[in-house]
Amino acid sequence: MTDMLTPTGTAATADVDALEVVRAARRTPQRRYALVIGGLSVALFGAFAARVLLGDYTITVPDFFRILTGTDIPGATYILMESKLPRAVLALLAGVAFGVAGALFQTTLRNPLASPDIIGVSLGASATAVVAIALWGWQGLPVSGVAVLGAISVALVVRLVAGPHGGHRLILVGIGLAAAMQSVIQYVFTRVDEYDAQLVLRWLTGSVNGVAWPTIRLLALVLAVLLPVTWWLCRSLRATELGDDTAAGLGVSRTRSELLLLLGVVLVAVGVAAAGPIAFVSFLAGPIARALNGGRTTILGSALAGALIVVAADYVADYLIPDTNLPVGVVTGAVGAPFLLWLLVRGRTGRRAA
Amino acid sequence: MTSTPVLEHGAEAGHGATPPHRLGTPTVAALLVGAVAVACVLSVVVGARSIPLAAVWDGSHPLHNISQARVERTLLGLAVGAALALAGAVLQGLTRNPLADPGILGINAGASFAMVVGLSVFGVSELRDFLWVAFLGAAVAAVLVHVIASVGRDGATPMKLAIAGAALTAATTSWTTGVLLVDRQTMETFRYWQVGTIGGRDLSVLLTGAPFLLVGAALALSGARLLNTLALGDDLARGLGRRTAIDRIVLGVAVVLLAGTATALAGPIAFVGLVVPHAVRALVGSDHARLLPLSALGGAALVVLADTLGRVVLPPSEVQVGVMAAVVGVPVFLLLIRRGRSGSGAL
Repeated sequence: MTDMLTPTGTAATADVDALEVVRAARRTPQRRYALVIGGLSVALFGAFAARVLLGDYTITVPDFFRILTGTDIPGATYILMESKLPRAVLALLAGVAFGVAGALFQTTLRNPLASPDIIGVSLGASATAVVAIALWGWQGLPVSGVAVLGAISVALVVRLVAGPHGGHRLILVGIGLAAAMQSVIQYVFTRVDEYDAQLVLRWLTGSVNGVAWPTIRLLALVLAVLLPVTWWLCRSLRATELGDDTAAGLGVSRTRSELLLLLGVVLVAVGVAAAGPIAFVSFLAGPIARALNGGRTTILGSALAGALIVVAADYVADYLIPDTNLPVGVVTGAVGAPFLLWLLVRGRTGRRAA
Repeated sequence: MTSTPVLEHGAEAGHGATPPHRLGTPTVAALLVGAVAVACVLSVVVGARSIPLAAVWDGSHPLHNISQARVERTLLGLAVGAALALAGAVLQGLTRNPLADPGILGINAGASFAMVVGLSVFGVSELRDFLWVAFLGAAVAAVLVHVIASVGRDGATPMKLAIAGAALTAATTSWTTGVLLVDRQTMETFRYWQVGTIGGRDLSVLLTGAPFLLVGAALALSGARLLNTLALGDDLARGLGRRTAIDRIVLGVAVVLLAGTATALAGPIAFVGLVVPHAVRALVGSDHARLLPLSALGGAALVVLADTLGRVVLPPSEVQVGVMAAVVGVPVFLLLIRRGRSGSGAL
């Protein structure tokens, strides 16, 4: 109480001190955020560069730019433009799509397990895409369109069956549907000849090799439209995390979070149509970015983390076993599943999902 | 949509409430035996080409060979269906978990991964060796899922078991895919088997698996009273003088034998072990002495019927029984969740 009676000068300094404390408290997360985004960007750039330039066939930096600007270097041009670069670019784009979609799902549904690859949305897109490709012989844009439809239908069924409050049921319904979608894919798998079987096998786990430029361009185009929309809608995400009622009280309409979920579904579907359901990327990216960012959700961080995971995993998948090009999903699946189990063992899910 | 779930939740929460019109056990048994008989006849007669029943015992009939193949297929379907349903029923009692199923808990996936590794890496080719490999995979998967789900304060809840099963399935699927892509020849052998099918196997396959199935079935059926006691909860069961740990191990061995053999014979088939026990339980109640044998009958009928249906649903191709089982099983799975039984944390 004696503080109240002290001269005004001291009161002013006390105010300044309090201001400093508040400022510092606000600055620390901001600094951390900048650090996380910067760090992830640098790591992603490094992984991308390694993916494009290193490996079995090294391409020097000057050569890389000469090829990009149109100089034809025998051997190197083909390897870069037909194999390394499309793989790396697709891995980057698909990783961004899955990372953003996963974070959107996990935050709007407020459950780290509710990522599109666990609740069957990715496999729904994959099942419809694989039917369109292998049985109907479709290609390009129609495949993406049909994959979007497949993903939306699975998401709708999950939503309707699980009821408005989600939680436990949402995950269980999703796991059941994922199993059903997997058996559809495996049915298609028995209907095609040997060469296509390799292809279909990749539709179960996801892969970025052997994809042509038009598909990649299509994905890039869709992302160029969807990501700004997502960014614009995301401003309310922090409020959404507090729960439907609180969010509504803070002036965030429920339609907006539904819209975000729909965006997430579409992002997953276009990613799957290009690269297959790369296992566990959308599940992993969100929590990793969140943990790095001191427990605060960051969509940009998830996007970078997703891209980093896919690009790095693809590099490993390419050179892990000599002479064999593993699909990238084998690596992400083998890494992601233990992470899921670890999350389960730590009891995190029990608390958050209950 | 907004208000009904709450009401349902309250109404359905009493697990094992007496169904309104329960049929007598003999009636249900007679119906199921009838269903098995009908399924067998249909399975022999119906297909890409209809066969008169007489061709089965008339050696000179032009379609005699086809009919023999269909009979073998039907027998295999009966055995696999009964084994899976029995395994599911035991598993549901053992874990006190309404969503337990060898497919969902990752046991089938474990068996298939072990088999692919056996085929590709160790060059296993004899069916008998395959069975042992499948048992090993199934056992490791079952133990792993249970251990992982049991860690933590709240123990092995259905939710954690299902997620641990899904995670294990995802991981083993990735590794299986990896092995298959490296080894093209294994993939050719494996790609049909992986879907779950009972077509194109000969009788020797079934005969090799039969002893294991019989031992598993005997263990499971003799465990009916154990399961009834375990249903009261571990503490009460121990108070009644049961050594719950040993009981669980015996029943676990039964599940591994049944599910492992079924997977080795027909590939990973999910949902049969989930759906059949629930349907039977709704008819005759949850006494395992009735539930187990009737589930076996129901599973046999379901798999044979699903296989027959798969032959005619998308002509000229065949839809494998694994896919058909999912088509039938998923709606039931969703219904079970929808009824709110799993929504309450206790179940």
